[in-house]
Amino acid sequence: MPRMNMIQALNSAMDIAMQRDEGVIILGQDVGYFGGVFRCTDGLQKKYGEQRVIDTPIAEGGIIAAAIGMSVNGLRPVAEIQFADYIYPAYDQIVSELARLRYRSAGEFSAPITVRVPSGGGIRGGQTHSQSPEALFAHVCGVKVVMPSNPYDAKGLLTAAIEDDDPVIFFEPKRLYNGPFDADPDKPAVAWTAHSKGEVPAGHYTVPMGKAEIVRAGSAVTIITYGTLVHVVQAVVESTGIDAEIIDVRSIVPLDVETLATSVCKTGRCIVAHEATEFAGFGAELVATVQRECFWQLEAPIERVAGWDTPYPHAFEWEYFPGRKRIAAALEQVMAGT
Amino acid sequence: MNANLSLHVPQPPARPGEPADFSYLKLAPAGAAPRPLPTASIGETIDLAVSLIRVIDDEGQALGAWDPHLETVQLHKALRYMLVTRAMDDRVRRAQRGGQVSFYMQSMGEEAVSVAAAMALRPGDMLFPTYRNQGLHIARDRNPIDLMCQCLSNSHDMCKGRQMPVMYHWREGNIFSISGNLATQLPQAVGWAMASAIKREPHIACAWTGEGSTAEADFHHALTFASVYRAPVILNVVNNQWAISTFQGVAGGEHQTFAARGPGFGIPGLRVDGNDVLAVYAVTQWAAERARGGGGPTLIELVTYRAGPHSTSDDPSRYRPKDEWRAFPLGDPIVRLKNHLIWSGAWSAERHEALVKEIDNQIAETWKLAVSYGTLPESPLDPLTMFDDVFKERTPHLERQREQFMKLKG
Repeated sequence: MPRMNMIQALNSAMDIAMQRDEGVIILGQDVGYFGGVFRCTDGLQKKYGEQRVIDTPIAEGGIIAAAIGMSVNGLRPVAEIQFADYIYPAYDQIVSELARLRYRSAGEFSAPITVRVPSGGGIRGGQTHSQSPEALFAHVCGVKVVMPSNPYDAKGLLTAAIEDDDPVIFFEPKRLYNGPFDADPDKPAVAWTAHSKGEVPAGHYTVPMGKAEIVRAGSAVTIITYGTLVHVVQAVVESTGIDAEIIDVRSIVPLDVETLATSVCKTGRCIVAHEATEFAGFGAELVATVQRECFWQLEAPIERVAGWDTPYPHAFEWEYFPGRKRIAAALEQVMAGT
Repeated sequence: MNANLSLHVPQPPARPGEPADFSYLKLAPAGAAPRPLPTASIGETIDLAVSLIRVIDDEGQALGAWDPHLETVQLHKALRYMLVTRAMDDRVRRAQRGGQVSFYMQSMGEEAVSVAAAMALRPGDMLFPTYRNQGLHIARDRNPIDLMCQCLSNSHDMCKGRQMPVMYHWREGNIFSISGNLATQLPQAVGWAMASAIKREPHIACAWTGEGSTAEADFHHALTFASVYRAPVILNVVNNQWAISTFQGVAGGEHQTFAARGPGFGIPGLRVDGNDVLAVYAVTQWAAERARGGGGPTLIELVTYRAGPHSTSDDPSRYRPKDEWRAFPLGDPIVRLKNHLIWSGAWSAERHEALVKEIDNQIAETWKLAVSYGTLPESPLDPLTMFDDVFKERTPHLERQREQFMKLKG
C-alpha cells in the first residue's frame, strides 16, 4: 500500500474527487499555479486547468460566497482558507448563509461545499497562524465539522466531506501535515512513513463523518481528544503504562456520542483534551455529553486539558501548548479521584 | 487646535417639519444619455456612471437611444405587474396591523426596479434578490398567493414557518432565497455566474442590494470577483435614498454616485432612473447582452425612493419630511408608465382605473384564500418540522432533541 503524508493524502482525495466528478472545483488563495502554501493542491491545476483550480483574491468572505453561488449552480466547490486564523472575514457567509441555506429555503436550495482549513499550533506561527477555532463552527447549526489526525483519515474524511450534500468545515492540524507529533519539539521530526496510518490506499475510499475512532483500547480511563493531541496523548499513555482508552473524536459535528459514552461508562473515568482554548471550548460540550450519558458510572470528576485562555503567544509556544506534562497531570488527577 | 479640521458627518437636506429638498440629486433630461454598444470599453461607458439614463420624460414621451421600443402588450404587462405588486404590498401590510402576519416590507415606489429587470432577463437567468424585490416573483408570473402564504407562515408557506415574512425563494422560478443579512447575496450571485461560465451555459446571474448595504464588505467582494473573473452577472444597487433612518450620504453617496463604484473595479457603471420602466428595462437588457456575450459584469445604480417605511416596524415620520415622496423628482413608477401609455395612445385614465379595481379585487380574493390556509397566530404548521433541513438528514443530536420535544408536547 502507498505511504503518504497528510499533504499527499489530502491531495490524493481532491485528485480522485475531481476525476470522478466534473463538478468538483477548488478555489482559494495560492491554490492554483503554486499548489497552495502547504502544497496540498500541488499539481492539480496543471492536471485540471485554471477553471477548476482557481486562484482567488485575498478575500475569505468572497471565496466562501462565491463557493456558495457556485454550489447553488450545480458545482461542488472545495474552498481553501489559507489559515484558520483568517477565516473570520468569511464567518458571516459561513454562519448566516452556508449553514442556513437549506433550512431557510425548506430544502429547496443547499450548498454542498467543503471548506479546508489548516489549523492548530506547534509551528511557531504565533497568534495569527496557530488557532483552533473548531468550537466557533460546532456552535453553528447547519455545518458539519471534522478534524482528522492522520493521513488515512484525512483522505477518507475529505472524500466523504466532498461527496456529502451538506457543507463541511474541514480542519487540518498543520503540525501533523508531515508527521505525527508527540509535543516534544526537541526530538527529530518523525515521518508518516513509519506510522500505520501513513498507509493510504491509492484509490477511492471514505471514512464516514459522525464516527469516532478508538485508537487505543483500555479499561482504566477514557481520554477523548482529536487533532494533534491524539498523538501527544498516545505518547503520554505509553510512558505512564496506564491502561487508557484513547478516542479520536474525528467528527465534531455530528458527534459520535455512542462511542464516547460506551467507553466512559465502561472505564468510569474521563479526560477531555484539545489544543483550542479551554473556556467555552468544544471540550465543554464533550464534558457535558459524558456527564449526561455516564454520570452514575463516573468514579472521578472529568478533567479537561486545553490551551490556556490567551491568544497563542509566539515566544511561549511550548508553555502554552497543552503538552505531555499537562496531560500526565490530568491523568494522575483523574486516576487518583474517587 | 487645528481650525481646518472638523469631523464631517453627512446630513440629509431635510428633517421632519422641513420642506423636502432633492437638490442634491443629480438629474438629466430624458433621452440625453448616449447608448454605447454592449461591447463598449469601460472608457466609453464612464460618463454613464455619473449621469442619469432616462427614457420617459415628465410628459410621458419616450425619448432617446435607450428607448427599448417595447410592444404595447409588454408595457401593459409591466403596468399590471407593478399594480399587482403594489396591491399585494398594501394588503399584507394591512394584515400586519391586524396581527395576521408579524412583519412586512413593502416596495411601494420601487416597483419598476424589479418588474422591468425581470422582464428584460430570461427565465433561466438566476435572480438574487434583496427583501424589497417582490416584483421579481410577480414579473415571473408567480401566483401572489405563494408570497402571501409565506408571510402568513401557514400550511402553504414555502419556508415551512422558518423565515420572517418576505424572505421568499423559488427554485423552480430561479429566484434565490433571501437571507436578511445584507449584501451577502451579491458575491454569491457572482459565484453562480462564475459557475455558469465554467460550465459554458447561457444563463447569467442578477443581484440586487440597497445603497446602504454597498458599505458591506460583501459588495466589494462581489465587485472584485466579478471583475477578476469577468463573471456574467448584473449587480444592482437600488438607491432609494434611505436605509431605515440613514440617509444615502452616510453610505457614501454624498461625493460620488454608487454607479461610479463600478469603473474603479473595471466594471461599467450605469446610473439609471429607477422609476422609469423603459430605462430600467433598457439598461438591464444592455448589461445582460454584455454578460451573455462574454463581456463580464455591469453595475447598475437605480435611483428611486422608498415611499413607505423601511418595514412595518419603522416610523419614517421621525426622521424625514412626511411629504418627501411627493417631492421626489422622479415621481411614481406606476404613474410614469401610465402617463407614457396614455401619451402613446395605448391607455386611458378609465382603463387604468378599471385595471386597478380588477387587481384589487383579485388580490382581495387571493388573500381570502391564503388566509384559509392559516395565519401566524393560528398556524397549522407542525413544529416538529423545525428539526428538519438543518442537514440533509437529521443528525443524532437533532433526533435526540426532537424526541425530547415530542415528549414535552405529549
